[in-house]
Amino acid sequence: MNPIDFSVLLRGDYPRMIAQGLATMLELTLVAWVLAMFLGTLIALARMTGNRLAQGGAAVWVEYHQNVPMLVQIFLWYFGIAALLPAGMQVWINRNSGEFIFATVAISLAMSAYVSEDIRGGIRSIPKTQLEAARALGLSYFQSFRRVVLPQALRIALPTLVNHTVLLFKGTALAMTIGVAELTYATREIETQTFKTVEIYLFTTIVYLALSLVIMAAGSVAERRWAVPGR
Amino acid sequence: MGDIIAILREHGPLLLVGQYPNGPLGGLAITFVLSVLGVALALPLGIALALARISPFRWAYWPATAVVYLMRGVPLIMLIFWVYFFLPALLGRPVSGFSTMLVTLVIYQAAYLAEIVRAGIESLPKGQTEAARAVGLSYMQTMRKVVLPQALYNMVPSMLSQFVSTIKETSLGYVISVHELTFAANQINSTLLTKPFEVFAILAGIYFVLCFSLTQLARHLERRVSRRRAGQTVGVTPQALATPIPATAE
Repeated sequence: MNPIDFSVLLRGDYPRMIAQGLATMLELTLVAWVLAMFLGTLIALARMTGNRLAQGGAAVWVEYHQNVPMLVQIFLWYFGIAALLPAGMQVWINRNSGEFIFATVAISLAMSAYVSEDIRGGIRSIPKTQLEAARALGLSYFQSFRRVVLPQALRIALPTLVNHTVLLFKGTALAMTIGVAELTYATREIETQTFKTVEIYLFTTIVYLALSLVIMAAGSVAERRWAVPGR
Repeated sequence: MGDIIAILREHGPLLLVGQYPNGPLGGLAITFVLSVLGVALALPLGIALALARISPFRWAYWPATAVVYLMRGVPLIMLIFWVYFFLPALLGRPVSGFSTMLVTLVIYQAAYLAEIVRAGIESLPKGQTEAARAVGLSYMQTMRKVVLPQALYNMVPSMLSQFVSTIKETSLGYVISVHELTFAANQINSTLLTKPFEVFAILAGIYFVLCFSLTQLARHLERRVSRRRAGQTVGVTPQALATPIPATAE
């Protein structure tokens, strides 16, 4: 095998393709993460209300998204649900990079199920007496939840939330299967054009690994910084 | 709904067994074979990695830790591409898509199983190891006869959910044209062309039924294990033992 020569990645159009891939990957990760956190919190709350309809709906949501492969969910959105939309909307979506939109939707919905379970677990681990004490001090139900229960619950849920953030980040690579030009997609393109498999694969692997390690490290810093005292 | 039944009647066999008996086995059967073999072969490797991760020897700890973090930090699809290109070069002969996928799953799952096994070992009370060492067992004997049997029993629910993750991960075999379930659904979709929603809803439905039943089984076992542990060990709080079921989303 020839010696490894990364300079091939700097030739011609490749730097632009890599930069584009990196940008799309980060955009997909960020948008999907924010959506997943928001939806996940809503679903966790829906599951803890007294309303049976909300509880049941949230439970079905979580089970569906956790028990179907993310790749299949992406296909169902991109090929299946897209075809059910009204014609005008289909045209609009196709003009506005539909594959990116559907990948974002599929990944964020899938991860919202995991996030909601993390948050629910965190909330359940806070003893009921905390809420009662806050209420006794004169806080409203909403205030005691937001100022007493949730801050502790989120800290307890932090390790699993960080794990699932890494999973979401890794999951964005699946978007390549429907043609989203993120990093893995760009990697494959460059590989078929140059046959410099080792160089480009090594580069991409290092990027993914480095970013995953950054997420994990940020998570453990946050865990230490905001540890619930006495736990 | 009528469409879905029609598709199932027409193409059901392709989803279940692929072109078998007129061609190679495929569909759900291959998905299942891949997952079972993947976890079965990954388990011994995972236990070895876990033992290396908790061992006092640096030469064992560092490589094992590096492998675990590498697998946890890189998308499965990248790993598939690595194996796809380098396994044939390494062996000097062509490798089938099935074997490529199996090798990938074994490496990837071994890293995740290693973390589960390690957590299982570390959640056992220290007194178990100390007592075993005190009655004269060697380090390896302590692990093999005292620690591992208990840790593995407690970890059965987590391993089952790792099996569910593996089933979901086999869908990525589609990318390198392994004739598993997702591949079969895509074949049907390109024959029919006009029923993408129905085809992929069926696909999602099949995965859901399979994975959801196994997840329910894992939860049932989880309750049994934690009840048994709570009864067995005096003075250990049951909360500390109830490890949440980890999952990988791919």
